[in-house]
Amino acid sequence: MTTLLWGPLGLGTAEWLQLFVHFLALSLLAIGGAMTTAPDMQRFVVGERGWLSDAQFTASVALAQAAPGPNVLFVAVIGFNIGGLAGMLATMAGTLLPSTTLALTATRWGDRRRESRVLRAFTAGLAPLTIGLLLATGWILLEPARTHPGTAVLVVATLWLMLRTTWSPLWPIALGAGVGAAGLL
Amino acid sequence: MPEATGDRAPSSCRELFAVFTRLALQGFGGVLPVAQRELVERERWLSREQFLRMLSLAQVLPGPNVINLALMIGDRYFGWRGAAAALGGMLLAPLALVLLLAMLALRLQDWPLVTGALRGMGVAAAGLVLATAVKLGAGLRRNVLGLPLVALGVALTLIAVGVLRWPLVWVVLGLGIVSCSAAWWRLPR
Repeated sequence: MTTLLWGPLGLGTAEWLQLFVHFLALSLLAIGGAMTTAPDMQRFVVGERGWLSDAQFTASVALAQAAPGPNVLFVAVIGFNIGGLAGMLATMAGTLLPSTTLALTATRWGDRRRESRVLRAFTAGLAPLTIGLLLATGWILLEPARTHPGTAVLVVATLWLMLRTTWSPLWPIALGAGVGAAGLL
Repeated sequence: MPEATGDRAPSSCRELFAVFTRLALQGFGGVLPVAQRELVERERWLSREQFLRMLSLAQVLPGPNVINLALMIGDRYFGWRGAAAALGGMLLAPLALVLLLAMLALRLQDWPLVTGALRGMGVAAAGLVLATAVKLGAGLRRNVLGLPLVALGVALTLIAVGVLRWPLVWVVLGLGIVSCSAAWWRLPR
């Protein structure tokens, strides 16, 4: 029961707060979606704190991708795997509070100024960063399997399925699960 | 209620919650395509143009795009209560599902079959994110910065965050300010 509530690591209140504050700080940096902040989450929870391994981090994202719902739920799985339900609350509340508040206050303001030069400069200027961050996320998620030759094949197959067919993203995930369970990765 | 939308509207916060739950549970690997189908074509709460306009604003704002979209739609009809209902619908049921999945994975993590499967799913998940980058990247061709500057921005971000592992805040503030200023310069007055 304690593991369910507080996670397998037995995080204390101070660490819980650090987790919350880090995700809180990342919230407003999530330009182009929550996935763009995944590299910094990984840097913090894997590199700096050692709360999760590379493999656990990537698996958390993969589990969220395999389930229905908005992509942001990968944040919940990361939080849960670090600190149980309390950890999930820390990462989800941290991620959502600032951005939802801003979204609600900015909606009417932005709708009127959508065509303004400042807002267009903002969108155009951040677009290359968004793509760079998504590429970085993909690269970092490959960390646990990068050296294996099968990895490149599966990545290329996934890209092909997503860019050249109308198949659901569930298929590459299922393919990955099958290939991985067969011990080919 | 602000301007009329589509030709129908949700009758209550409960209905908002139910519709957003339904669309979230259909969204495997992203809710956006389902959201467009359910909200525009099935419920007819929004016209296609209204949906695109809201989406473009949701994408400019930081945070998860579909969550921003849900908040904006909920807020449009029932103020903050509607926003909360839409947000809850979008998150609660999928959250319960994904946590069950995570618990199951945690319990089975010592089985080599499960670790192997998770490893393979991780590679596929990385591929999905890369595919999103490629799809969205196609839109960069029309970017006002021009291709050389866009490519430089993408490469510098990738190297700083993916390889050098610099903290995101400095990369977004530093590169972001330079990039947005350059875009401002190049936009017609």
